[in-house]
Amino acid sequence: MTELISWFTDPAHWTGSNGIPVRVGEQLAITLVSVAIAALIALPLGISSGHINRFGGTVMNIANLGRAIPTFALLLLFASISAIGVGFTAAVLALILFAIPPMVTNAYTGIRSVNESVRTAGRGMGMNSGQLLRIVELPLATGLIAAGIRTAVVQTTATSTLAALVGGGGLGRYILDGFGLQNTTLVFAGIILVAALTGIMELVMAGVQRIVQPQGVSRTVTVT
Amino acid sequence: MPDRMFLAAANPWFSLDYIRSSGNDLISALGQHLYLTFASVLIATVVAVPLAVVAVRVRGIATPILVTAGVLYTIPALALITGLWPIFGLSTTTVIVALAIYSLLLILRNAIVGLQSVPAEIYTAARGMGFGPTQILVRVGLPIALPAVMSGIRLATVSTVGLVMIGALVGHGGLGSIVLNGFINNFYRAPIVAGTILTVALALVLEWLLSRAQHALTPWSQS
Repeated sequence: MTELISWFTDPAHWTGSNGIPVRVGEQLAITLVSVAIAALIALPLGISSGHINRFGGTVMNIANLGRAIPTFALLLLFASISAIGVGFTAAVLALILFAIPPMVTNAYTGIRSVNESVRTAGRGMGMNSGQLLRIVELPLATGLIAAGIRTAVVQTTATSTLAALVGGGGLGRYILDGFGLQNTTLVFAGIILVAALTGIMELVMAGVQRIVQPQGVSRTVTVT
Repeated sequence: MPDRMFLAAANPWFSLDYIRSSGNDLISALGQHLYLTFASVLIATVVAVPLAVVAVRVRGIATPILVTAGVLYTIPALALITGLWPIFGLSTTTVIVALAIYSLLLILRNAIVGLQSVPAEIYTAARGMGFGPTQILVRVGLPIALPAVMSGIRLATVSTVGLVMIGALVGHGGLGSIVLNGFINNFYRAPIVAGTILTVALALVLEWLLSRAQHALTPWSQS
């Protein structure tokens, strides 16, 4: 315990390319780039299949298949492709596939969970398909879509620790170095940092979720 | 130049020669993978179900239990396995305990939801029929919660099959050890691909078997 405190209070651990700020930055960069690219794939897929009410089964099956693919193996697989090699790109590619399932399923479920009578009302007001999506379905589905993004961000923050296996940097570096050097202080310092970062991302995303939720929608949803 | 060509030809993604020469290694790795998965999910189930019963019965205890399990769940598997290594060493115990902790939340959360979903009238009816507390739990509460518990076990099994691979770092990762050894051995692709495909196949087969088992065990439930 005292060793951990002295590790964290040692100013040498807060500077340089192996310092805490750099490693946290790497972990965040890998996470945010992966989730952003995954969102560009997952959200249009989930939202459009929910909107046209087709291919839902296929989308869910692909998402479930994605959950069965182990990130550990994907990382090593991508890093073994000559054109990619070890580093940031291999980590991001593997984590994109990891981040897609929760966002695609939540986006699809979000749009599908919009009450059919609300949809009929929209159509009765003369809305076309695009307007129905923009004015009715998306605002009502925001809560679930944001929850999917939140899950993806939090889980990817934790899982991007694996990036260190393929030279992607991040907080996994401390854990793997500590493990390699049989230095339990370093291992636990890494674990504490990952847990803290994951907790902070959970809080940040909970805040974002509250902000993007259109006013009054949550009340409408519970009433209908 | 000939060197490059030789290297390119010597490292194919699929290699029948590799599978022929290392078939036994693959099978024993698959066996260890299954053992680690079953052991950790079984331990998690044995701990989670009674814990869920306590959580539902004792007022105000469900939230602290779920929060604790939730915090443990946010610790990445890599960190959990390496964090337990000082205690249990480079053993299968390290992997099993770490993955059991991981499965615990998934099963616990589903079991609590399942038990809480039993309508109060059903308990009243059971009491009216003269059932004691133990009988109510065994003959009413648990059967009604069973579909939710089974869903939790399925989810835990599929995710555990993937996470077992990380055990390769402490030398016990089933097919993960095959993949990691290939990676360390100068990006030897044949074992990396074979190990990955077998792991995904194992996850899908176990998921299918458990969904059949769930249907057989809970014929009254549509989910």
